[in-house]
Amino acid sequence: MIYLDNSATTKPYKEVLDSYQTVAMDFFGNPSSVHGLGGEAELILKKAKSQIKTMLNTEHDIIFTSGGTESNNLAIKGIAHELRDRGNHIITTTVEHPSVLEVCRHLEQNGFSVTYLPVNENGKITVDQVNAAIQKDTILVSVMHVNNEIGAIQPIEEIADLLISHPRIRFHTDHVQGLGKINLPYNHGGIDAITISGHKIHGLKGTGCLLKKKNLVLQTLSHGGSQEFGYRAGTENVAGAVSLAKAIRYAVEEQKNYQHLAKLKDLLIEELLTYGRIHINSDEDCADHIINFSITGVKPEVMIHAFEEKDVILSTKSACSSKNEDASYVLLACGRDDDVASSAIRLSMDVNQDRQDIVEFNKVLKDVMEQYKDVMG
Amino acid sequence: MDYIYLDHAATTPLHQSVQSEMKEMISKAFGNPSSIHHFGRETRKVLDRARENVATSINAKFNEIIFTSGGTEANNLAIFGAVEANKDKGNHVITSEIEHHAVLHPFEELERKGYEVTYLPVDTSGTISMADFQKELRDDTIFVSVMTVNNETGIRQPVEKIADQLKDHQAIFHTDAVQAYGVESIDVNELPVDLLTVSSHKIYGPKGIGFLYKNHSIHVKQQLFGGEQERKWRSGTENVLAIVGFDQAIRSLKEELNSRKKHYEKLSNEFIKQLQASDVICSINGETSLRSPHIVNVSFEQTDVEQLLMNLDLEGIAVSSGSACTAGSINPSHVLTAMYGEEDARLRNSVRFSFGKDNNLDDIKRVVNTLEKITSRLRRLA
Ligand SMILES: Cc1ncc(COP(=O)(O)O)c(C=O)c1O
Ligand SMILES: Cc1ncc(COP(=O)(O)O)c(C=O)c1O
Repeated sequence: MIYLDNSATTKPYKEVLDSYQTVAMDFFGNPSSVHGLGGEAELILKKAKSQIKTMLNTEHDIIFTSGGTESNNLAIKGIAHELRDRGNHIITTTVEHPSVLEVCRHLEQNGFSVTYLPVNENGKITVDQVNAAIQKDTILVSVMHVNNEIGAIQPIEEIADLLISHPRIRFHTDHVQGLGKINLPYNHGGIDAITISGHKIHGLKGTGCLLKKKNLVLQTLSHGGSQEFGYRAGTENVAGAVSLAKAIRYAVEEQKNYQHLAKLKDLLIEELLTYGRIHINSDEDCADHIINFSITGVKPEVMIHAFEEKDVILSTKSACSSKNEDASYVLLACGRDDDVASSAIRLSMDVNQDRQDIVEFNKVLKDVMEQYKDVMG
Repeated sequence: MDYIYLDHAATTPLHQSVQSEMKEMISKAFGNPSSIHHFGRETRKVLDRARENVATSINAKFNEIIFTSGGTEANNLAIFGAVEANKDKGNHVITSEIEHHAVLHPFEELERKGYEVTYLPVDTSGTISMADFQKELRDDTIFVSVMTVNNETGIRQPVEKIADQLKDHQAIFHTDAVQAYGVESIDVNELPVDLLTVSSHKIYGPKGIGFLYKNHSIHVKQQLFGGEQERKWRSGTENVLAIVGFDQAIRSLKEELNSRKKHYEKLSNEFIKQLQASDVICSINGETSLRSPHIVNVSFEQTDVEQLLMNLDLEGIAVSSGSACTAGSINPSHVLTAMYGEEDARLRNSVRFSFGKDNNLDDIKRVVNTLEKITSRLRRLA
């Protein structure tokens, strides 16, 4: 089985699971309890935080959450509501993950105004577009680091450079698909909040965190206990937090292996280009681990199953929206026509993906294309 | 020294069967349940099976279970979600003074948003009165939240009667059953609530997972936005491993509920009996006949709670002063304040003992002996 759907989720590393289990069994106390068992759990939670800070070499506060979705909600809703008195304008892009887009739509229904920056045919925005969209009442910019469908990398550092001279505007970036792959300047003074999710980096589902600048004030989403500096009520998932620290450690350490994906991507692209019916949606500037292409004329679900028959696991669009059959909004935003946008397939590699897997994929592709030659007419 | 853990209302260790089930399933169910390929479908099956079982445990339907990141999130979703969805029908909401902070603080937020909130008082029994409830209920009341069992005193609240009162009323009824779920069988047909909260780590499951039961006829506005998980009531890739553990914790609970309950009864009754027979000068907070078997809240005259907790901890006995959630500082309990008023000495000298399935009668004996020693010393110092 060749698993090429690492952007949907990854298999947790054994070491990550081991640390989860150890903590869940041996340090089960409630970190808020004042007795020894609570104290131990609290200490472990703190240690996980300081480990993450060391590994990412950042001074930011770490708020543990239940994953990327919650981190995005917390950052965007939290900042928007906190700064509501100052302004109600938010800037984002048309190609964000639903956990950003849906929050923005919700905020629009509640009196905020949102500018959705259009992207070019490669899924990218420019810093000039951000600059031009800034208004007097702009309070927040949220732009993802690496797009989950096509791998487009946004100019986060440039935007941060721009926004550092706009101290009234907060900047959030969704780093879920970038962590362990593409560098992000974690300590850049122009970035206020960064979203991380565990299960995309061989951690567990239901784990994640928000990195936030020390002086960033947020309104909390959930009210209750005073955990996580009061920003996130609820008994902490201590074992999950420790497992996330472990997963981040591996992601950071293994980023050095990422380079070799460029060669695998070349190998893939070269093969894909030999088929007239295949449109490549990820250009060379995109991240190397995500390659999106369309095989027009056949439903992508059919293709996914054809590949699966031959033990190759791919996906259509992102997992979160795989159930509705519409075209990919990301590809439509990139200006693709309906045909291309509704026949997209995403191949997403692991940093340690074996070259042989891609060689094998190329063979299977040949078979599948042969098999569906007639259907495609 | 062997630690005696008597803080099960704060959190519980993982059940043995939960550990092994999670270990077993992780390699089988690592896919993203939204993926359409093999790994996604296998994981979806695991998730569906868990949801079915969780629903069955309270006699609800499959689609009436929304998994959340815990009791706090479930309470927040219930309160904000239901109030927002029904704000056209009125502006008045009711809760009690003794709710967990994960209910009280959302209500305080509702107040800031302009809702009119009634906090029902309790008397020294630790329970709200139905007369008060009837008096406060109005035509424009849209939402009521009263917990099933209080987490500090273990005192059960008259939730059946409230549900009955609300049968022909527009108000939506939510109950925080986090403490009740582990000690009594709950059937949403017999206890006809609209929304009900359960948390996994109080019933020997993992932390970071819980569920909200939402009666299918009730509207709730989504609070966490994103993908289409949990039928769009709660976005975010599902915490599959924790759900597997939670599911197993519920299965074990089902098998062991009666024996656990009897065990808690035996332990807490014996605890009270031995305390009363000892030199310890103490009284039980709240009406004993309404007490859930796993919690006993005790006031120790002429002592101080911080010193009590510290000394007990040094002797290897883990207990707490009430809710664990007011991290660090021991503020006077809002529950005891509601029962006795702000000036009462019991606010400063009460300790919660909460029992678990692995405690035994030897533990009780050691705890009572230790309490004799500590309290007589503290009384001499006082
Ligand atoms: C770019 C991006 N942001 C956010 C998320 C949501 O993260 P999670 O699945 O942890 O809720 C995902 C993945 O689903 C993603 O790809
Ligand atoms: C009655 C009650 N409600 C809610 C909660 C919060 O649940 P969780 O810790 O899962 O967020 C707790 C425990 O902390 C509780 O005892």
